[in-house]
Amino acid sequence: MPFVQLGGCLMLSFVEVAGLRKYFPVQRGFLENAFSRKHEFVRAVDDVEFAIEKGETFGLVGESGSGKTTIGRLLLRLIEPTSGEIIIDGKDIVKAHPNELRDFRRQAQMIFQDPMAALSPRMTIGQAIKDALDIHQIGSSNTRKKMVLQTLERVGLTPAELFYDKYPHQLSGGQRQRAVIGRAMILEPHLVVADEPVAMVDVSIRAQILDLLLLLKRDLGLTYVFITHDLATANYFCDRIAIMYLGKIVEVGLRDEVFNSPKHPYAAALMSAIPVPDPQYKHQRMIPRGEIPSPIRPPSGCRFHPRCPKAFDACPMKEPGMTKISQTHFVACHLFDTA
Amino acid sequence: MVEPLLNVQNLSVEYASRRGQVKAVTDVSLTLDKGSTLGIVGESGSGKSTLGFAILNLIPSPGRIVAGKITFDHTDIINQNEDNMRRIRGSQISMVFQDPLTSLNPLLKIRDHFTELFKVHSPSMSKKDAISRAGELLDNLGIARERLSDYPHQFSGGMRQRVMIGLALALNPRLVIADEPTTALDVIVEAQILELMKRLKDEYELTLILVTHNIGIIAEMADRIAVMYAGQIVEVGPTNDIFADPLHPYTKGLLESAPNIIHPERSMRPIHGSPPDLITLPPGCKFHPRCPRAFEPCPIREPLPVECKHRLVACHLYN
Amino acid sequence: MVLIGGVTILTVVVMTIVSPYISPFNPTAINAGPVLQPPNSKFPLGTNHLGEDMLSRVLSGGSVMLQVAVLAVVICSITGVSIGLMGAYAGGLADKISSLVMDSIYAFPGLVLAIAIAAMLGPGVINMALAIAVVYVPSYFRVVRSQVLTVKELTYVEAARALGAKSRRILTRYILPNLLPSVVVVVTLNFADAILMAAGLTFLGLGVPVSTPDWGWDLTYGRQLLPSGAWWVIGFPGLMIVVTVWGFTILGEGLSELLNPKLREIA
Repeated sequence: MPFVQLGGCLMLSFVEVAGLRKYFPVQRGFLENAFSRKHEFVRAVDDVEFAIEKGETFGLVGESGSGKTTIGRLLLRLIEPTSGEIIIDGKDIVKAHPNELRDFRRQAQMIFQDPMAALSPRMTIGQAIKDALDIHQIGSSNTRKKMVLQTLERVGLTPAELFYDKYPHQLSGGQRQRAVIGRAMILEPHLVVADEPVAMVDVSIRAQILDLLLLLKRDLGLTYVFITHDLATANYFCDRIAIMYLGKIVEVGLRDEVFNSPKHPYAAALMSAIPVPDPQYKHQRMIPRGEIPSPIRPPSGCRFHPRCPKAFDACPMKEPGMTKISQTHFVACHLFDTA
Repeated sequence: MVEPLLNVQNLSVEYASRRGQVKAVTDVSLTLDKGSTLGIVGESGSGKSTLGFAILNLIPSPGRIVAGKITFDHTDIINQNEDNMRRIRGSQISMVFQDPLTSLNPLLKIRDHFTELFKVHSPSMSKKDAISRAGELLDNLGIARERLSDYPHQFSGGMRQRVMIGLALALNPRLVIADEPTTALDVIVEAQILELMKRLKDEYELTLILVTHNIGIIAEMADRIAVMYAGQIVEVGPTNDIFADPLHPYTKGLLESAPNIIHPERSMRPIHGSPPDLITLPPGCKFHPRCPRAFEPCPIREPLPVECKHRLVACHLYN
Repeated sequence: MVLIGGVTILTVVVMTIVSPYISPFNPTAINAGPVLQPPNSKFPLGTNHLGEDMLSRVLSGGSVMLQVAVLAVVICSITGVSIGLMGAYAGGLADKISSLVMDSIYAFPGLVLAIAIAAMLGPGVINMALAIAVVYVPSYFRVVRSQVLTVKELTYVEAARALGAKSRRILTRYILPNLLPSVVVVVTLNFADAILMAAGLTFLGLGVPVSTPDWGWDLTYGRQLLPSGAWWVIGFPGLMIVVTVWGFTILGEGLSELLNPKLREIA
């Protein structure tokens, strides 16, 4: 059951995720496999639940090992979940057959972090984008090139004829990312998962790319899942944000709620850690001790408890459930347990 | 007037490539006083990392310093022979690199990294003393002494970076150059390292050059900032002044493009266009094709740095 | 580099093709001239122990070798690349079995295996080509497999899957083109080696019958004649083999540089 109800009424959300888990087996040597029964797993995503409304920009924010990237790939079923439910636009993605999955791929696309790696070095960007149309047999061979040219213009790669024949290595970072965006958008999807789309782009170009994404959202009626470790970018781009730590969502709410009054100690620490481009700003950093533990053997109870400045007896004993702070703001922390 | 610790004059560095000469750094001049922190900020292709490496005379071939002079504490860096440079590197000027994963030798224990360093620069130091000194350094960096016998892969990214900082400070250098020291790290670890660097800066009375594209870090750490674009310094001056009133249009654009969660309305404004090709640079001012305030002289003549409001700025608007 | 290699190869090939028209003598004409004549005006490269003109023999002697090499390379590149692509992409049992088979073949020293197979199959151009092809398939397989394993995990393959591409498309449009530079390198080394092996097989008598002019035969007899001072019988054909092999090697290096768009940009 989606626990987020925007506007106060219970409706079926565009994306519903429940009980989602992804465990990766830890690679072991031949002898270990033969002689030891115990298998270890990287608990990348461990019982995650959230809902996204149509037309929203939903941010998944976390540091490394938080599981945010894995969720992105699970949503598009580029990897198989260990267990759990993913329902997008009423369709059960986990149980879908290969044919249904292909149709789904038209409706849900991904934008990758490293545009150089996301484009085959031996295809021109025109060919790369056209391939999307070829795969789904959209249009005829005459019209396809025209559609690609239109898309190139739409993402700002003009003159389109010139860019059609360029190879990825001939473009700048920002241009490559526009090409990746073009490839995702030409199918006119409904859902786009953007995995750190501006992390590898120059600072002054980031806003250009994000503004392009917002423009496309308006034009195509998109729903975004925005995955990032950069809180400041999430603040600019997202309507709602979920903060992840070690495979679990620790806090979720509207952008302003989470940024201005973070409830979870980890969320608060993250907010206080962001560098601010103002030399007069006095940082009041709340730095948790230690470092992120291994996702193979996460701490018992609340995963953040060994580093939490506010941990108390309940914390190592039991995992906290989601507590409602407001209609839209939820936090998983024993400090807010009711009763 | 105390003489500056570092004096760079009209430095130019070029790389040979198939398509032509890449002009990574063009006619850069700056000075650094003892005890101050200079932030060199720029995006990719600005030449900031090349500048950092040039100060250590570590430009890898096919790159070459083609013009200019670098004087560190009365010593000429560019024309120095390699033996003397090796003595200088690590002990007088040291560097903290961006990626601690590849900067540490995976086959050497952490302890050995330190003992090797001491062996080269303080051969008279006994192994026992070297190890104990390494332990002291790690203590100060927040790493347990027992971890001296671990290998780099057993450390997390943040801890590896602390080790790098330890190695950079081990011989009490006069100058430390940090090239994107926190770019590869998570947000909270980045904050930890920044706080650490601030503390060590005071403790060791360091003179620091911080090379980064992260404007938030520069605002927090640097006393003075040099803004680089397409291999040149476009503006240099005190941090507070530059942030309060950026003169060069690129500086203004760069500061406005940075995300700011305290004042979001002042942030995330893009600069249109892309950085130029360093082989075929535009004529006149290198920023003019993207500049919202370009006028007649801009595509024709290169602007020379002039003094204006306590800083040097290279822009026709202020000539 | 491509130019030098290409021109060299082209010269050798053309020379071989037009040799029937430009040879001053029939290369197998015994007693075209006096026996074991050193190079002179009538026979610029001398004559061998049967009185055959060396120049004619050198001009046409590459024919068999080139045919064998081409055939061998075509057979084994197609086989090796296909198995490598499919086995590595499918993973699991297919990958393990194909690797096992290929590694077993690879474990044999090349020439020894070729000799064994050629001896089993008998003489002739096709048999020679088959023998050499078998020896070389594992090289293609290994190169292709290691590349596929790497590329398979790369983002652009994931991106293709996200677009909805099926495996076949991914293999042919996304993975194979990125393997081409390494395959080209193997092809040219393969050519070079195939020529050497063909020469070797003929040298040992396992190739074509002696009535066919071939540099390998010249090496066999030339070796026996060397102590008597007739260096030209082994010298010129030997030189031709070296030149041809070198030509392929240089061509391969040049091509691999050319075919990789990224490498082209770096100095």
